[in-house]
Amino acid sequence: MIALLKRDLRLAVRAGGGFGLGLAFFLIVVVLVPFGVGPEQSVLTRIAPGILWVAALLAALLSLDRIFALDFEDGSLSLLATSPLPLEGVGLIKALAHWITTGLPLTLVAPLLGFLLHLAPSAYAYLLASLFIGTPALSMIGSFGAALTVGLRRGGLLLSLLVLPLYVPTLIFGAEAVRRGSDGLDATAPLMILGGITFGTLALLPFATAAVLRINLR
Amino acid sequence: MLTVRDAACARGGVTVLEGLSFDVTAGQALILRGPNGIGKTTLLRSLAGLQPITAGAADFPEDEGAYASHADGVKTALNVTENLTFWAQVYGNAVPDTVFAQFDLDDLRDRMAGTLSAGQKRRLGLARLGVIGRKVLFLDEPTVSLDRFSVKLFADWLRDVHLAAGGVAVIATHIDLGLDAPEMDLTPFRAALDSGGSADEAFL
Repeated sequence: MIALLKRDLRLAVRAGGGFGLGLAFFLIVVVLVPFGVGPEQSVLTRIAPGILWVAALLAALLSLDRIFALDFEDGSLSLLATSPLPLEGVGLIKALAHWITTGLPLTLVAPLLGFLLHLAPSAYAYLLASLFIGTPALSMIGSFGAALTVGLRRGGLLLSLLVLPLYVPTLIFGAEAVRRGSDGLDATAPLMILGGITFGTLALLPFATAAVLRINLR
Repeated sequence: MLTVRDAACARGGVTVLEGLSFDVTAGQALILRGPNGIGKTTLLRSLAGLQPITAGAADFPEDEGAYASHADGVKTALNVTENLTFWAQVYGNAVPDTVFAQFDLDDLRDRMAGTLSAGQKRRLGLARLGVIGRKVLFLDEPTVSLDRFSVKLFADWLRDVHLAAGGVAVIATHIDLGLDAPEMDLTPFRAALDSGGSADEAFL
């Protein structure tokens, strides 16, 4: 399993696009918003939590279709399915590799981008915390979606349609935590629920992913 | 070591082969013959566990089977050694140093797999079989895009290393590997009632 994680990370770094693409997309979306809504500080401060979360979510979506598609095309997925690794573990590791190459870097640069949007000073800690807790759920749900669409040509678009509605709870509670932080309120409750969502996906979705992969490999 | 009794397998919901029975004892290979679309790939995938056997049974020691298809599973962004090391680790083994010579990869150890020719890539894909240490191999057209020298190299490895160590191989191929192995024609086991769909469906 560690060998698989190492291989995936190495591939992501070598093939490029792993780290860079999602981050660049995140940056551009966040930079575009003030152009659209105007540079008024009070407006930006108010919408910053939502914008940051939506942008992070879309950036995480970008690289989802590569999670299983590349391995499916070159035959590695069949070979992994017949290897001693449990397919559930393969799904979990793939999602973990996706999180390390997208969710984690997004979390780390989000405070910098928050500065661009005049995020309230009290919200930075909550932005970091909510993204750190919430983005693993995005990767887990996304890898399930990627498994669903793995054999399809042009499955990327369908994948977005399938996955985005499932991202709604994460988005609501993630953005709510940051908003409460920026208003100076206590944000423990939304963060707890966010953690609950993440742990729920971690517990359930590897099995769903493996089941779907087995069907798609037939 | 491998026992198949009255097995049937299906592709896309249509039964393609039925009533198959054969035994392969340790150290023996079995060559599957038959025209395109007869179900060789389907049979091998079913035996390897990628899809269910719809009737009958196939028995071999658990955790000893391995499958190799037309697609190699070679990662182009990794070099030859990294590719082999990955598969060895997945199976909990170390890469034996002899495997590079057995598949004529000695000079290519540090080459990126993306820069290999089709034949070299195929040799790398087959070398995976040498590092995973599995006894029961299901090989689907292992010699595609190999030149005559490489075919002999692979047949030698199969005979002198794998089978000599008590391994078993079921091979679907259209060429003569030069192995002293029984051949089985699948045509008599073609399932009746395959009126729907073209014969090529089994290969898609």
